[in-house]
Amino acid sequence: MKSKSAGKLPWLFLAIILLPALLLSHAGRLRAEGGEPRYFAITNARVVPVSGPVLETGTVVIANGLIQSVGASVTIPPEAWVIDGKGLTVYPGLIDAGVDLGITKPEAPVTEARGRGRRRAGAPVPEHISMGPEDRPGTSPWIVASDDFNAADKRIESWREAGFTTALVLPEDAIIAGQGSLMDLNGERVSQMIVKYHAALRIGLHPETYGFPDSLMGVISYLRQVTDDTAWYDVAAPTYAARPNGIERPNVDRTEEIMSLILHRKEFVLFPANDLVEIPRAMRLAQEWNLHAAIYGGQQSYELADQIAAKKYQVIVNLKWPEGPKDPDPEDIPSLRVLRFRDRAPGSPAALAKAGVKFAFSSGGITDPKEIQKNVRKATAAGLSSDAALRAFTLDAAEILGVADRLGSIEPGKIANLVVADDDLFAEKTKVKHVFVDGRHFEVHEIEKPHKPGDGDKPGGSPEVSDDDPEVGR
Amino acid sequence: MNRRSFATTIAVAGLLGFVAAPGVVRAGGADAKSNVTLIKNATILTITHGNIEHGSILIRDGKIAEVGSDIKAPDGATVIDASGEFILPGIIDCHSHIAVSGDVNEGGAAVTSMVNIGDVLNSEDPAIYYDLAGGVTVANVLHGSANPIGGQTIVIKLRWGKPSSELPFEGALPGIKFALGENPKWSNYRPPPGYPQRYPVTRMGVEEIIRQAFTEAKEYKKQWDDYNRRKAAGEANLIPPRRDLKLDPLVEVLEGKRYIHCHSYRSDEILMLMRVSKEFGFKVRTFQHVLEGYKIADELAAYGVGASTFSDWWAYKMEAYDAIPYNSALMTERGVVVSVNSDDSEEARHLNQEAAKAIKYGGLSENDALKLVTLNPAIQLGIDNRVGSIDVGKDADLVIYNHDPLSVYAVAQKTLIDGTVYFDRDRDIAARPAREAEKKVLLEKEKNAREEEKKKAEEKRKTDEAKKKAEQEKATPPKDKGDDSGGAR
Repeated sequence: MKSKSAGKLPWLFLAIILLPALLLSHAGRLRAEGGEPRYFAITNARVVPVSGPVLETGTVVIANGLIQSVGASVTIPPEAWVIDGKGLTVYPGLIDAGVDLGITKPEAPVTEARGRGRRRAGAPVPEHISMGPEDRPGTSPWIVASDDFNAADKRIESWREAGFTTALVLPEDAIIAGQGSLMDLNGERVSQMIVKYHAALRIGLHPETYGFPDSLMGVISYLRQVTDDTAWYDVAAPTYAARPNGIERPNVDRTEEIMSLILHRKEFVLFPANDLVEIPRAMRLAQEWNLHAAIYGGQQSYELADQIAAKKYQVIVNLKWPEGPKDPDPEDIPSLRVLRFRDRAPGSPAALAKAGVKFAFSSGGITDPKEIQKNVRKATAAGLSSDAALRAFTLDAAEILGVADRLGSIEPGKIANLVVADDDLFAEKTKVKHVFVDGRHFEVHEIEKPHKPGDGDKPGGSPEVSDDDPEVGR
Repeated sequence: MNRRSFATTIAVAGLLGFVAAPGVVRAGGADAKSNVTLIKNATILTITHGNIEHGSILIRDGKIAEVGSDIKAPDGATVIDASGEFILPGIIDCHSHIAVSGDVNEGGAAVTSMVNIGDVLNSEDPAIYYDLAGGVTVANVLHGSANPIGGQTIVIKLRWGKPSSELPFEGALPGIKFALGENPKWSNYRPPPGYPQRYPVTRMGVEEIIRQAFTEAKEYKKQWDDYNRRKAAGEANLIPPRRDLKLDPLVEVLEGKRYIHCHSYRSDEILMLMRVSKEFGFKVRTFQHVLEGYKIADELAAYGVGASTFSDWWAYKMEAYDAIPYNSALMTERGVVVSVNSDDSEEARHLNQEAAKAIKYGGLSENDALKLVTLNPAIQLGIDNRVGSIDVGKDADLVIYNHDPLSVYAVAQKTLIDGTVYFDRDRDIAARPAREAEKKVLLEKEKNAREEEKKKAEEKRKTDEAKKKAEQEKATPPKDKGDDSGGAR
């Protein structure tokens, strides 16, 4: 699996192997530090640790990729590169809990509806058409996003410059798409970027274009069959292994092998659900299948926050709020239902915070990181405190993803992921000045031109609701 | 509890042809205050024991407590004066596809009994409300007819405003959709070029698929019985059979725990399924559409299967050429339990009138005509102990019409389920101006936001351009005025 990325980046790997060898002969220290400073001190800055009270004037010391100390008066190591933080604020690095950074997708052909069994116009007929659950349609739980991660994706830099130090990178959507990896956006080497290799299993509820399942209910029945099959395999495999004589050999199925490691609340699952109908359905199914799942989407949580709280689910809110077309047809007036959804969706985070639901944010299908900040401001305008917004991007995201022991706040011993900005992080005019990822310093010189959309980063599903199909995100 | 506010209402403009959005008003509010309601001064069409003029119905805790002509309102009761109006038991639509998220067909295989409509109920489908506006209180929500053996089906009450989990009709036996004829053999659909045709493509093949599926189901049941026996006998080192979600519901059919609702048109294929069912030891509960049922009414009656048909649709495809509007009357006369269904969310809004057609075509009595959409579908779905007529002890699922429901002038005024008013025409009309106003405000808000965006983009473009120009001028000294550097004009 690893060889894939190696194949893509032969030069890089050659450099990785040769460079240290060259340096070793005359500069041992450089080899250990990659030629970069390993000690930093940001002094006289306002520090927002998230885990505790704000320090109006404090110093943060970074050593060897970790936060060494935080406080009003801390010892600055003599070798540290000192950054005067006067007038600046230090925040923990932001976490994007669901994005396709570094994942390149094949060009998606236009989907064309044509009677029963939609198909992709011009797309070649697939070699294999699923005829039933046993054909394991859209199923690849063995895929891990970081295995196919392209560290050269230009968008990584734009995300980092917007203050993101960590991203839950998800594989391309499918019914059982595979594992998302939590990656620190720290540079070129994939292996150094991985914080958590298996961070979240992505499942999707998209029907196949042809063959089984070509309906939502088919997808659900399929997932149910997989959970049953896995439960069966968990009994059948050891029984057979213990005494094969006289027992018909159970099939060996890669899906069951891997799902066995994931199901029964052993690993974290993202369950897509965005609206009033999908969210309760997701909670019901996650309970039926005994998943340790979070609601992924959650844009109509403003209606359901109490219910989500009662069932103790966590939510990863998609920040790509539903919007009308930029240049709407004046004849085509949307229904009140649609208008209300567009109007109220940014109120979901505030509602979740009020109900005591832990939530994080995902950029969903947003292509320009500035849009993320703008959409956060919509959520704060709808009642979310900026403290809560920050928490959702940092410590709460880290807790949901099970890495709060190493990420999400400015505390000694945690990974040195920091953002230094000249004002409140989510304010419109604020500029990010420095970003630290794993203690690596990235200075932000010039705000780059917004990255043009269309680089394979299409949203996973249209958050639009329509009269014909009140479902969302299918 | 997540009770969405009264204000959470839904509109779909244009669908009903209103200029204004039709008010779609949630149940609740005043009606929820009291669990005792008296509807008085109405003509009550009980279906089971004649009509009562100037009658009253007392509802307590969602059930019909008393029916008669002289009932006093208990203290604290909500009183609905229905003078000059008619009360019918809530209409039961024995063939519906409303309230489903996604496709109603899983067409990916010839046997899709693993899929379940119950998994994808959509409480937000406005069709629920539109059905209520037509007096429908119960719907048999079916999978489509794309396969000889289709998905599992569910009976719901149209409790608009409740979450999907509160729609199912408590205690109603679940069903499964079967289909015969042109649809399951895909006569009217061809796969896209290069894609394989799905088996079967003939009526023979449809029969074979059903036989095959039940042969497998029997074998599967045997495996489980065998396993359970050996396990009970204390045998160790046993591997249980794989649970097969496709065969589980067919075993339930064999055990009489699940009803078959079979889409069918032609008499020969209907007779075929009755023969196959006898051979395999299962029972068909209803034939749906059953357009040639009149040709084999005696056989249907002898078998004891329900027939749920259209009033007067025919000739829309080859296998529908022999359909006649006399079908329901003729089958009724021969002793078949017949219902008239909608198969369509528009048709569902006037099933009372569809029933009335059996009076014109076939001469059914008024009461027998009304049975086609009330008591008979209740019998077919096995819920006649709960709904289908106005009798003491049954659920207070009622429709109040301004005219005799068999009249073309009849319009439902109120629809009650379990004693709660889920549709109220007056309330709906009263809510429309506020909804229109809200819509206007929201549209205005979006428009302003769009204009703000445009303005910002324009400003940004201008400053960017100015910056660029300044840079250009710095890089190359101006030669001559007159090029496109502006200013000269």
